[in-house]
Amino acid sequence: MVKIVFREHDGTEHVVDAKEGASVMLAAVTNGVPGIDADCGGACSCATCHVYVKEEWLDKLDAITPMEEAMLSLSSDRKDNSRLSCQIQVNANLDGLEVETPEFQY
Amino acid sequence: MTDSTTPQSKTRVKSASDQSKWSMVGKDPYQMPLEQIDLSHPGIWQANEYLPFLERLRKEDPVHYCADSAVGPYWSVLKYKDIMQVDTSPHIYSSEPTIGIVDQFSEFTLPMFIAMDPPKHDVQRRVVQPVVAPANLKILEALIRERVSRILDGLPVGEEFDWVESVSIELTTQMLATLFDFPFEDRYKLTYWSDVATAIPGAGVVDSYEERWQAMQECLQYFTRLWNERVNREGGNDLLSMLAQGEETRNMPPMEFLGNVLLLIVGGNDTTRNSISGGVLALNEYPEQYAKLRSDRSVIPNMVSEIIRWQTPLAYMRRTALVDTELGGKQIKAGDKVVMWYISGNRDEEVIEDANKFIIDRDKARQHLSFGFGIHRCMGNRLAEMQLRILWEEIMARFHFVEVVGEPQRVYSSFVKGFTSLPVKLHRH
Repeated sequence: MVKIVFREHDGTEHVVDAKEGASVMLAAVTNGVPGIDADCGGACSCATCHVYVKEEWLDKLDAITPMEEAMLSLSSDRKDNSRLSCQIQVNANLDGLEVETPEFQY
Repeated sequence: MTDSTTPQSKTRVKSASDQSKWSMVGKDPYQMPLEQIDLSHPGIWQANEYLPFLERLRKEDPVHYCADSAVGPYWSVLKYKDIMQVDTSPHIYSSEPTIGIVDQFSEFTLPMFIAMDPPKHDVQRRVVQPVVAPANLKILEALIRERVSRILDGLPVGEEFDWVESVSIELTTQMLATLFDFPFEDRYKLTYWSDVATAIPGAGVVDSYEERWQAMQECLQYFTRLWNERVNREGGNDLLSMLAQGEETRNMPPMEFLGNVLLLIVGGNDTTRNSISGGVLALNEYPEQYAKLRSDRSVIPNMVSEIIRWQTPLAYMRRTALVDTELGGKQIKAGDKVVMWYISGNRDEEVIEDANKFIIDRDKARQHLSFGFGIHRCMGNRLAEMQLRILWEEIMARFHFVEVVGEPQRVYSSFVKGFTSLPVKLHRH
């Protein structure tokens, strides 16, 4: 199991044990972490699992695909550390990963 | 082949749908050759007979070619996963030149970002996105609630009236006026222009293409005047100010401006309007769900998603293949029209459990296709959801039962899936 820390917009923290191979989005949804809607169910096609990744973890993630970039670029709340959590696969290198959920998903 | 001026219109059929040779009204979907099934004709949509046709195609021919129709040959995509694939592959399935099933006369073409591919689509969409983004909606919530309350408080109790006219249209019209900061006393013009933009000449709204074009010109002139007032003004949270002041949009050619204005009017009008009506009808058809709602109002946000799935207020979106490709084992050629029937994907039992039941506390209710997916996903989805949520909160605060007391009348269109009237009677708690 891999530890992932979700921080809500208001600061509320949720620490979950995530399964390797699953996505960070799924780790949130299956553990009842609020703030992630995942309307498309993990197909990288709605941008409602948007998270801000704590800077020191960014380099450990796979590169953003053109599809993810296309979806992220349409959000007004996009920042440099924005990712879609359905596109982050949980692995041992991400133990302790910290992400923040935005105030709104859309 | 038919000729048409707006992306939404379907055919030149003038009178009752069953008089057209293309109509499938009254036919048994299982007693006709597969290749003759033509979902594009508005007849079965107005007659509310479309579901068994969709069901047969999902089972027997989920990527279906219709070689001959009033709108020419086209592919129909029926299954959730295939629709998802088309919607998320804009490099294969283009939104240009139009997202309606009918190709347009070039002289009447209105450019709008729903019918553009990247990068231009992305640029224009980004400019107007903030006005319907949740941060801005939060500011609007109190005003929306106040307007919803006023509409509901003005309704007659215990006597029959038309829900479509008095609530669905009134509320969405007021909302559009708010979003555009449009002169409130002229707000019915917005509804008129929206109806005209999607109308089939002869079906009730306008009598000819010329009349429609004239109405569009009037719309352009009105909005041009507002634009000119706002272009040099500072700020403004409304859509028009954002377009007029946006770096990427301020030099838009007039027709492109009109196209995008109409896109926002239609996008925010028919869709929410028909989901407002459709929710009332669904709750009447499923009284145990209405009972569930009465016993627990916290289900409203989830119910809103279910209503939007159930109604699917835009039945389809069309794409055009850019290259030869394969979908569901069928060979699609570059240039072919490909129609994603969201309304069918939303009833696909392989993905959505008990898809043919209306269940307000359904698990994963948000995973419906009504907003589309990918880069063209409905920009106003959160606004739509908020309007419906507030409406149902305020309805439940006032009324025990919005009772449907007569047959709903449906729109003559295979694109706009909606109602022209819905007779109801209100009962207090």
